[in-house]
Amino acid sequence: MGLKENSMSVLVYVENTEGQFKKSAFEVVSYAKAIADQLNTNLVALSIGQVANEQLNNLGGYGAQKVLNCNSIQTFDSQAYAAVISEAATKESAEVVVMANSFSGKGLSPRVAVKLKAGLASGAVELPQINGGQLSVKKTAYSGKAFAMLALNTQVKVIALNPNAFQVKENSTAAQIESFQASSATSRVKVKEVVRASDKISLPEAELVVSAGRGMKGPENWHLVEDLAQALGAATACSKPVSDAGWRPHEEHVGQTGIAVSPNLYIAVGISGAIQHLAGVSSSKTIVAINKDPEAPFFKVADYGIVGDAMEVLPKLTEAVKAYKAQS
Amino acid sequence: MKILVCISNVPDTTTKITFTNDNTEFNAAGVQFILNPYDEIALSRAIDLCEGGKGTVTVINVGDSSTEPTIRKALAIGADDAVRINAIPQDAYFVATQIAEYAKTQQFDLILTGRESIDHNGAQVPAMIAELLDIPSVSIVKKLDFDGKTATLSREIEGGKEVVEVDAPFVASCAEGVAEWKIPNMRGIMSARTKPLQVMEAAATEQLSKINQYQTPAPRSAVKMVDADNVKGLVELLHSEAKVI
Repeated sequence: MGLKENSMSVLVYVENTEGQFKKSAFEVVSYAKAIADQLNTNLVALSIGQVANEQLNNLGGYGAQKVLNCNSIQTFDSQAYAAVISEAATKESAEVVVMANSFSGKGLSPRVAVKLKAGLASGAVELPQINGGQLSVKKTAYSGKAFAMLALNTQVKVIALNPNAFQVKENSTAAQIESFQASSATSRVKVKEVVRASDKISLPEAELVVSAGRGMKGPENWHLVEDLAQALGAATACSKPVSDAGWRPHEEHVGQTGIAVSPNLYIAVGISGAIQHLAGVSSSKTIVAINKDPEAPFFKVADYGIVGDAMEVLPKLTEAVKAYKAQS
Repeated sequence: MKILVCISNVPDTTTKITFTNDNTEFNAAGVQFILNPYDEIALSRAIDLCEGGKGTVTVINVGDSSTEPTIRKALAIGADDAVRINAIPQDAYFVATQIAEYAKTQQFDLILTGRESIDHNGAQVPAMIAELLDIPSVSIVKKLDFDGKTATLSREIEGGKEVVEVDAPFVASCAEGVAEWKIPNMRGIMSARTKPLQVMEAAATEQLSKINQYQTPAPRSAVKMVDADNVKGLVELLHSEAKVI
């Protein structure tokens, strides 16, 4: 399918991780493609940084008709990136600009919105409703305890999509790749070091999460949590008391003042289920609660529950998962 | 050193969230409001950086007079003075514009905020302020050191962290790890009453987005209990019924 003879477009900024596009990147492209279809317009993707052409071509597999490749900036600076994205949006007459509500995206989308004088919906969880020139976007609010329908009336709109909120959809298109350089981008933030644990699954993007609380009794028992996570291919997480006590790092803390997650499967082990914790996990598709207290509030929101001591249930569950994986 | 910390007045984390007026307004009846927890750790870091007379910390809030107890709490924790822009926040762009307009009249080295407010979760205001002031910004900061000219910050990225260096002035949105929460002492609480709190009128600006309605999450179906001796049964349910493994 070629480019429509339509001057407007949807622009999607696609984040790469060390030159590679991950599933979360394809989620954002799939979402932007669905919006382009709603508006009957073209989808243009923008990549910033060093990404090989074969990777850029992959964006066509999810509906991008054109890929702008800005490879003159090597490290992330929200100010410089926002300049590139806004210039691309103007060049492509974008009516909607889509990006990920990732850690970097949170620093980026507000700057783009200001540059374009655009209404911004961040934390989008569904496709927008379109009503004439107005877009209405469902987004998370009150840290997962509610959703808000946010109306954007501006000429250009910016939407930042939450991870795991939209299904990847293949949409084979031959993307044409164009080099793109922005004239106004200057980086003032110097990146000194990037530390990424290669064997660790990023929590906000994880499809499966094993999370544990004070029921684990101490950090020395965490290998039981890690064993189950490893058997499942899951990320590990924890409750606030656990990160406050220093048993686990802050970046694993899930809940109202930590990270909100929406995986396919959230297994809560030895977490009672305080309202602040539940807020951060309530949009998980399936929740399993394991707790020795049958009255634990977590059982009220869980899909499956086991009453039992975490120390005893965890090793058995890990073995059962391994056995299941071995035969499937 | 002059630091501006932007603070938000939000429902307490234990609040059960409900709405009124056909789900168009947050139901504030009986709700305890607090200093947004992330803003509070940003404030803690600012106070640490200024300790020993190295600088001053100003807090700014956009809100009506009902936010003053939260502003006084920030003063009790250790901010030197406060500014309240007397307006009901319309959206993040409105709030960011008010703060940027005030910041333009001062010479702040650092502008700190929380990573997001726990009510709207937009995480929009910090980077918007930076863009309006045309200065750098770093988001989701877990470590912040500043020598008066250059700062070294550690920010969260997917699956790791990135260490960056940037010259003042800049905006940083702070997350857990950047400081310990401070509990105000009696002296702080007493002195907060007399610290300066300046009320200013809002600058004219536009609203770029509007919440038309709220929704509460759909109730989940009842829990299915599995016997602790039958973990294999759970694995089967996760595969065949929930289809998640």
